[in-house]
Amino acid sequence: MSEVLGDQTSTPSAASDGLAVLEKQRSTAETFGIPLAVLLEVTHRCPLQCPYCSNPVELDRAGTELTTEEWKKVLSELAEIGVLQVHFSGGEPTARKDLVELVRHASDAGLYTNLITSAVLLTRDKLADLAEAGLCHVQISFQGTEQGLADRVAGYKGAHRKKIEVARWTRELDLPLTVNAVMHRQNLHQLPDIIQMAVDLDADRLEVANVQYYGWALKNRAALMPTVAQLDETTRLVEEARERLKGQLAIDYVVPDYYALRPKKCMGGWGRQFFNISPAGKVLPCHAAESIAGLDFESVRSNHSIAWIWQNSEAFNRYRGTGWMKEPCKSCEFREIDFGGCRCQAFALTGDAANTDPACALSPMHESIFKQAEREAEGETSRFLYRNFAGGTLEPDGDA
Amino acid sequence: MAGPRHIGVSEASRPVLPRHAKLRYDETRQVWVILAPERVLAPDEIAVEVLKLCDGVRSVGDIADQLAAKYAAPRDAILTDVIAMLQDLADKGFLTEAREKTS
Repeated sequence: MSEVLGDQTSTPSAASDGLAVLEKQRSTAETFGIPLAVLLEVTHRCPLQCPYCSNPVELDRAGTELTTEEWKKVLSELAEIGVLQVHFSGGEPTARKDLVELVRHASDAGLYTNLITSAVLLTRDKLADLAEAGLCHVQISFQGTEQGLADRVAGYKGAHRKKIEVARWTRELDLPLTVNAVMHRQNLHQLPDIIQMAVDLDADRLEVANVQYYGWALKNRAALMPTVAQLDETTRLVEEARERLKGQLAIDYVVPDYYALRPKKCMGGWGRQFFNISPAGKVLPCHAAESIAGLDFESVRSNHSIAWIWQNSEAFNRYRGTGWMKEPCKSCEFREIDFGGCRCQAFALTGDAANTDPACALSPMHESIFKQAEREAEGETSRFLYRNFAGGTLEPDGDA
Repeated sequence: MAGPRHIGVSEASRPVLPRHAKLRYDETRQVWVILAPERVLAPDEIAVEVLKLCDGVRSVGDIADQLAAKYAAPRDAILTDVIAMLQDLADKGFLTEAREKTS
C-alpha cells in the first residue's frame, strides 16, 4: 500500500480535466508541508504470518501500543495540522477492540478514513459498524486466488475463504473496495485469475504489488524473488488488463526494484510527503525506518507536537533533500528525481543508509545484488520463514 | 448498492460523486480537493464549480443552463466542456449517477 502512497507524484493526470495530483503543484524548494495522508499502524498484532510482512522484524508488543485516548488525540492533532487522509493499518487493525471508536473519531474530525486489513477477524456486523462510523474505503490483502496456496502464504487456514466473504460484505455495504494482491515467485502465475477475482468481487481498485524486500521479506527473499521472465510477463498482463478494464477497475502496479535500473523514489523522498505512526507512537519517515540502526525517532508521547517532529526532528532531517548524499548520488542528475532510492534498503544491503540504494544501476553493489537475486529466483528454495513475535518460524519441511 | 461503475455522461445524466470521493475545502492549503482512495486530487476552479452542482438531482443539461446564464456564455460550448470534464472524472472512477430506487 504505502509504496503506492509514496508514489503519488507519478500518477498521470490529464491536463484537460482540470485535475492534478496535489503533490505535483509543490516545488522542491518549498518547506515540507504536512503530508496529505498518514499511515497509522495501530497494532503489530496479526493472526496472519505472511513471510513478506512490511512490519519491522522487531515487532511492538501489545503492552506498548498507544491507548484509545492517545490515538484519539493523535487523530485530532493530524486533522488540525492539515492531514486529509488516514490509513488504519497494522498488523491487523481490527485486532484492536476500539477501531470503530477510532474511525468515528477520525471521521468526526473530518479525516478521510481507509481500512487496510487482512479481513480475517471481521464480522459483517463489525464491518457495518465501521461503515456507520464513517469509514470511506476498505482495502483487503489477498495472497492468491486458490485456497491452498493463499492459506499457505498467509500461514492461516481458512484465510482466503474469509477474505472473499468480507470482500462481498464490503460491496454489499456500499463501501469501495481495493484488492491488494502481494505478488512473488510462488503466486505470480495466478495473476490473470487475481485480476478476474478483483472484477468478480466488484472491486474499484486492484493493487498488483510485488514484494519489496526489506525486513521479513528480505529474510524470505530466496523463496519469494520472481524471475525476470515472470516479471516481464506480469508487466504485460497488467498493461493488457489496464486497457481492457479501463473505467471499470483501476490497477496500480508496483514492480520489485531489484530488476529496475533506476531506484524508486521511496516514500516520495525521505521526509517529503509521508510519515507513519507505529503502534507504540513513534513518528517514522517510513514503516521500515526503525530497521536503520543509529536513528532515534520521536514519539507522540514526547512533549513535541507531531508537526514539530515532522519539521524539526533529527531523524526526519537526516536524509531530507540532497545534502546528506555521497557519490554517486551527490553529483547525479537524477538526485532530485529519486533521492537516491530507499534508505532502508541501502542500510539493509550495504550497512549504510547514506549509500546509494543498490537498486540503482549506478550503485557499485547493483550488479552483484542483481545477480544474487537472479540466482535465488532460479533456485529451489520455497520454504517460508513465517512472521511472528518470536522472530519467525520456519515452515515445516514438506509443506512447501 | 452504489450507482453504476462505468457511466457515459450525457446531457440527461444526473451525476453525483460516489461515496468514496469527497469534495471538500482544505483549510490548511486553501484549495478545494477531492479525497479518494490513495489519492488527493486538486480540481481547478471551473471543475469545483461544476462538481458542487453534481448532486444527483440536477442533470448535466441543468448544470449547463445554470453556467450559461451565470457567465452569459454559449450553452452548447459549455455543455460540451462539462460533458468532457465529467466523462474524464467518470472514467477515473470519481463520478457516478444517481439511480432510481427499484425496490
